[in-house]
Amino acid sequence: MTVNMTKGQAISLQKSDGGTLTAVRMGLGWQAAPRRGLFGSRTREVDLDASAVLFAEKQPVDVVFFRHLVSDDGSVRHTGDNLVGGVGQGGDDEAILVDLQRVPVHIDQIVFTVNSFTGQTFQEVQNAFCRIVDETNGQELARYTLDGGGQYTAQIMAKVHRAGSGWQMTALGNPANGRTFQDLMPSILPHL
Amino acid sequence: MTAELVRGQNHPLPHTRLEIRVSAGAPVIAGATLTDDNGRVPGPEWVVHPGSPALPGIEVSRQAAADHRLAVDLGALPEAAHRVTVLLALPEGAGGPGRFGAVAAPFAAVTALDGTEVAGYTITGLDTESAVVALELYRRQGAWKMRAVGQGYAGGLVAMLADQGLDRAAELAATIHGAVARGMTRSVAAPPPRTAEGDCARHGASLTASAAPGDTAPPAGPPAGPTPTAGPAPTAGAPAEPVADGPISYAHPRRATAPPAPRDGAAAAPPAPPGHPAPQGPPGRPVAGDATGWSMDERLYNQVWGMFEDLARAIAAYRSAVDFAESRMDQELDRVLSDPRSRIGTAGDAARAAARAKCDELTDRAREALDRDLAQLIAESEVVEPALPVAYADWDNPVWHGYRVPGETPMALRLGDLHLPEQPGLRIPMLMRLPLERGLWVDSGRSGSEAAMATDDGELRRLAVDTAVLHAARLLAVHPPGQYAVHAVDPAGAAAASFAPLVDCGVLAAPPASGAQGVSSVLAHLTRRVELVRMAVGSGATDALPPDLDTADQLLIVNDFPHGFDDRAVTQLRYLADEGPAVGVHLLLIADREDASAFGPVLDPLWRSLLRLTPVPDDHLADPWVGHAWTYEPPRLPAGSGVLGKVLSQVVGARPHRWR
Repeated sequence: MTVNMTKGQAISLQKSDGGTLTAVRMGLGWQAAPRRGLFGSRTREVDLDASAVLFAEKQPVDVVFFRHLVSDDGSVRHTGDNLVGGVGQGGDDEAILVDLQRVPVHIDQIVFTVNSFTGQTFQEVQNAFCRIVDETNGQELARYTLDGGGQYTAQIMAKVHRAGSGWQMTALGNPANGRTFQDLMPSILPHL
Repeated sequence: MTAELVRGQNHPLPHTRLEIRVSAGAPVIAGATLTDDNGRVPGPEWVVHPGSPALPGIEVSRQAAADHRLAVDLGALPEAAHRVTVLLALPEGAGGPGRFGAVAAPFAAVTALDGTEVAGYTITGLDTESAVVALELYRRQGAWKMRAVGQGYAGGLVAMLADQGLDRAAELAATIHGAVARGMTRSVAAPPPRTAEGDCARHGASLTASAAPGDTAPPAGPPAGPTPTAGPAPTAGAPAEPVADGPISYAHPRRATAPPAPRDGAAAAPPAPPGHPAPQGPPGRPVAGDATGWSMDERLYNQVWGMFEDLARAIAAYRSAVDFAESRMDQELDRVLSDPRSRIGTAGDAARAAARAKCDELTDRAREALDRDLAQLIAESEVVEPALPVAYADWDNPVWHGYRVPGETPMALRLGDLHLPEQPGLRIPMLMRLPLERGLWVDSGRSGSEAAMATDDGELRRLAVDTAVLHAARLLAVHPPGQYAVHAVDPAGAAAASFAPLVDCGVLAAPPASGAQGVSSVLAHLTRRVELVRMAVGSGATDALPPDLDTADQLLIVNDFPHGFDDRAVTQLRYLADEGPAVGVHLLLIADREDASAFGPVLDPLWRSLLRLTPVPDDHLADPWVGHAWTYEPPRLPAGSGVLGKVLSQVVGARPHRWR
């Protein structure tokens, strides 16, 4: 079952039996650019990138993206950069795994973002989506369809933040522009 | 708000405490010069660089890195400093790109302490330049401003420093490159890819595979089945399937709930892991060999590297939390101090106490999380250490008493122990892959660490030779008989006592060579071997090697380098260090770098190519993930132990006849 979240909606990552969730995965998938004409190498590939920024009281402390695949503490891991996308059948082409139990105690928010590294807007990308999955049972917690999403090259997707002894997730779904997460920092800060 | 500057543009700076962030496509050196009001750098003490990383108000990294964060406090700079120039340069001779044109455009940004970017600048249009002035921060009418400069120098650091008005630019540039190169020797290489590729590399490197019938193939058969690395990405919480049989464990490397795969019968007789009969134990209970691999040997190797990484990361999490708690407390205390209301009454005291309590609370929670992780790793270490085979085991491990000469070369070798100050009792075996990719250098110099300073010079040299002898003995013990030959050079005969364990049992190929003549004959012999084998391998004619050529791997121990070495011998030694490892000739140098200073920078590449080890504990090694400074603890024989002599005599006894 998919929970299609609306902007700003918060869900608590608590299981129905009261235990907190321990691991989430952010998945990002898109369809590779179709091969064009005789000179296939000139096809403009689409490269979307998933990033996670770790904040401690509104200060960015660490970031996991294609140049830094594992946070220094090891709790957040990126599965690796995908430069061209997949076949667009709904699988994740890039994923970021967060082991919430091992996140250092001072980190209180983790923001997930998507950027179009090659510069195509989401209008030009086919079958693009991003989603947050409860890694323990594979249930999708939030899903955004990116394609047809207007003249934007980035999205501030969602954040997980500490609430009491556990974690909560808030869907943000905020469109923005930028090549990497660094360009998004000013747009992320209001959401903290 | 962020400003993206173009070359020459300037921008006001809102604060005096700032951070300069640099990211480049390759490791770069970051440094800064301070300039007086005449636009000149008064002297080398006004330059911060990796060799002298801190001045009041500015600090740079000791190492070359692709990302830098320089802390700047403009208020703390000397009054006379009117301009701070931020420099980037590519490290020399590190095998990296020699020009900025070959790497992605470097990006430099000035940010406030909370991470908000003040202004950034991408340095584009560089080509053959290997050094560049990135930014300037300068005083203008009592305030500080920054300017994007982007001036590149094809002449490198020297040209750039000279342009700043420094008299002895070349000297300073050499110091900087030297400091960076030392930083590189300090780093532990990342673990090489596991399984199939690693074994292929081993095959390729041991050219004796066709010539020496005794050289057995790497453990386990060809990679017919799915390789362990092809499994799904580590998925938390998904219990691994219990493995019915076969050598492959699909268990997550560090998930201890799955029973370990049955031991591979071909493994070189490792003792049964103590945790083995308890697969249904409480969850989280560690088990030795609980990692992927084709053999027990490989599984333990991977498990030890897994523990190494986990400890590095657990400590990184703890340190970052504590740093954050402290910097937050400092900011809060500053705020209290600058608030006029807090000067009257007890409100200020209360606010200070609250800030401290907040800091303590976070630190305590961080410590709690660390203790949880450490307890897990300590428990794992307690089951893994006793299960280690001789190649990985400490000298006090009982496995040495049941030593039997091995039938095949193990994957790796223990060079010592590593630990971090947060938990000095938790020692991670430092395992290096075999055959060694770099030579070893046991540093007998006193300049390295406090422990070395506190040790008497003669004593330190003796310890260095003792340590080297232990490394050599372990190398001999873990290779099959007749496949590892050790030569020693002791030009002054100064270390006869330390070499005695090797000499007495006749395990050396010849008695330690002495005098300049001895040095040159040993070097000539090994150089000839490397040349012949390289030629034979290059032309694909390994069967054309002369019959008297010893196909075993060779280790050359050089004591007291460069005593007894002339220029020709030094050149031969460098050749052996560069080309030897690929064809099975390895170096073990015992030297004090000071002694060789007369040779000048000629030897710098040699030092850089060797892995520096020390005879006393020293925190000079960095892990490949987070870059903590790990304390290296050299191997030691337990007091009064006769195990070394026993092991070596077995090694000699098992040799093929022509070797004795």
